[in-house]
Amino acid sequence: MSFLEVKNLEVSFNLHSKSLKALQNISFNLERGERLGIVGESGAGKSVAAFAILNLISRPGKITAGEVLLDGEDLSKLSSQEMRKIRGNKVSMIFQDPMMTLNPVFTIGAQMIECLKAHRKISKSNATKIAIQKLKQVQIPSPEMRMNQYPHELSGGMKQRIIIAIALLMDPALIIADEPTTALDVTIQAEIMELLLDLCESNNVALILITHDLGVVSQVTQKTIVMYAGRIIEQGPTNEIINDAQHPYTQGLINALPQQTLPGEKLNQIRGSMPSLQDIPSGCSFNPRCDFVLDLCTQKRPEFTQSGGCSVACHMVKAMKDAEKGHSAHE
Amino acid sequence: MSNSQQSVVTDKNNGVAESILQVRNLHKRFDISGGFLDSLQFKAGKISRKREYVHAINGVNLEVYKGEALCVVGESGCGKSTVARTIMGLIKPSEGVISFKGQRIDNLSNSQMLPFRRKMQMIFQNPYASLNPRKTITETLEEPVKFHNPRFSAAQVKDKVAEVMLSVGVDPNWGVRFPHEFSGGQRQRISIARALTVEPEFIVADEPISALDVSIQAQVLNLMMDTQQERNLTYLFITHDLAVVEHFGTRVAVMYLGTVCELAATKTLFSTPKHPYTQALMSAIPRLDVKNTAHIKLTGEVPTPINLPGGCVFHGRCRHANERCKIQIPPLIVQNDGSQVACHAIEENRL
Repeated sequence: MSFLEVKNLEVSFNLHSKSLKALQNISFNLERGERLGIVGESGAGKSVAAFAILNLISRPGKITAGEVLLDGEDLSKLSSQEMRKIRGNKVSMIFQDPMMTLNPVFTIGAQMIECLKAHRKISKSNATKIAIQKLKQVQIPSPEMRMNQYPHELSGGMKQRIIIAIALLMDPALIIADEPTTALDVTIQAEIMELLLDLCESNNVALILITHDLGVVSQVTQKTIVMYAGRIIEQGPTNEIINDAQHPYTQGLINALPQQTLPGEKLNQIRGSMPSLQDIPSGCSFNPRCDFVLDLCTQKRPEFTQSGGCSVACHMVKAMKDAEKGHSAHE
Repeated sequence: MSNSQQSVVTDKNNGVAESILQVRNLHKRFDISGGFLDSLQFKAGKISRKREYVHAINGVNLEVYKGEALCVVGESGCGKSTVARTIMGLIKPSEGVISFKGQRIDNLSNSQMLPFRRKMQMIFQNPYASLNPRKTITETLEEPVKFHNPRFSAAQVKDKVAEVMLSVGVDPNWGVRFPHEFSGGQRQRISIARALTVEPEFIVADEPISALDVSIQAQVLNLMMDTQQERNLTYLFITHDLAVVEHFGTRVAVMYLGTVCELAATKTLFSTPKHPYTQALMSAIPRLDVKNTAHIKLTGEVPTPINLPGGCVFHGRCRHANERCKIQIPPLIVQNDGSQVACHAIEENRL
């Protein structure tokens, strides 16, 4: 049994007349200490997936099917009371915008101590000690002084470090980071990613990294999931996905990066844009933007095909695999 | 000494390229001392008035040549957007001269500025905020055409708008729709169309693709490159994304804390970055192919532009800083390969 098992997770949002499926058929496993990247464009459902794991989907959204097993315990069935004991304790989350995550009217120290006190019986002086130690771990200079500062006195990079420190307070086994460096500058981004990577490695913490930046994913994670219109379309080892992507969408995403074309040449673009959840095309949801459409693609949703270490939801890949198999059988 | 006229860029015909925009010794300070009473201070038995400034731009010299794409890169708060806005005349510079095709434009009144607004247009970062939500696309696009061409007949205006919409890949029949009916990429196309309606020669693009997804970024960048060729446009392209710069830029100016620390042709900058800050910036790009574990770590954070450090603005985070760097401001010096670098260490051959 894996440390985290997500099985057939489905999230729907009930609007006035209809219900929209924001996530469908999401399944993956994560071992302790393993790092997983979830990539996709905005609206692909990456953040909803992260929220669903932590049972944070709020009305009108609802987890309508599937289970999230953490050490065998189904998080999607827990009451909000029980869930509070897990969040920030066994699993913690780092959000995108460090400016919005910290409470502006409390000092850094107060916010860290609050978190510790919420999860265990601890004296204030002990809590302070732990908080300072965590601030040291995330390489914040003069941590004692920072404890008494307010968020607005710190820069963006510093705030994100503090948020990582808060996420680490209870020594979680899993950290979910939702675009942790998108709001930061490149030089700061590199530092924060390196810090996160070091901390996860040294403490054997599993990481789910949600991002749209394939460069970051290739630097940090071991496994990657590519999402499109609420579904997983490809998953597998990161180096295979980056170097030998099978799904036309993943290939498109990688080829669209400016570094993949010679300077001055036209970039490889994917035409069109992601469909809205209200009118997802029939068959494969990528078919209107795909260059390799078969008749089947507009009629039937593709099942997962195993290709190398990756599983890919694409009719074309399946057809090619079948042809290969037939060929070798023939010989 | 610093003199950007020394840098001579040749265009494709091997002649000296025509300069379209010149920025000389540009300074911009924002007063943050608040109201009169806020700024009063009681010190040593006397009441004095204390003024505080954010020094957003400190002596920037730039020259943009016809037909090129000059990229300005830097971290947030380095003053790149302020440079763009000052050039467009949206904010007045505190010091310095901006001239467009030899004519000084920084001291013009709004009405005197009008003929220049036709020739210079701006594309903003966020296509969700830069289009009026209450106007249909046609209304948004017709407004600048009508304003700048009062003699156009209704039919001429319509034709012009349709032509521009087609050229950016937006179906003219969609003109009756409102901005909320479009996706981010389509909206940015419409913003580009709006800039193109008056047939400008020079476009300032302030982070035009930062708010878009990767696949859409490629679409918009391709569009901008196509229109550049078709209409012989000149771009000043503001961005923080070095991968885009490498692809798009003819020359690159790297800014740090309100000053240009390196200015070079794109190829030169990416093959041999010279300034220590440029080197750090380059090494921080997450690459697909190689694990860059050995990126150059900068210590500390960007200092506030309220109390600027003396000497080189970068000395506090630089590994190569010495006493001279703390006292004397380094000028942009032209190197052998034509790039300009503001660094004492390079001048002294320490680096």
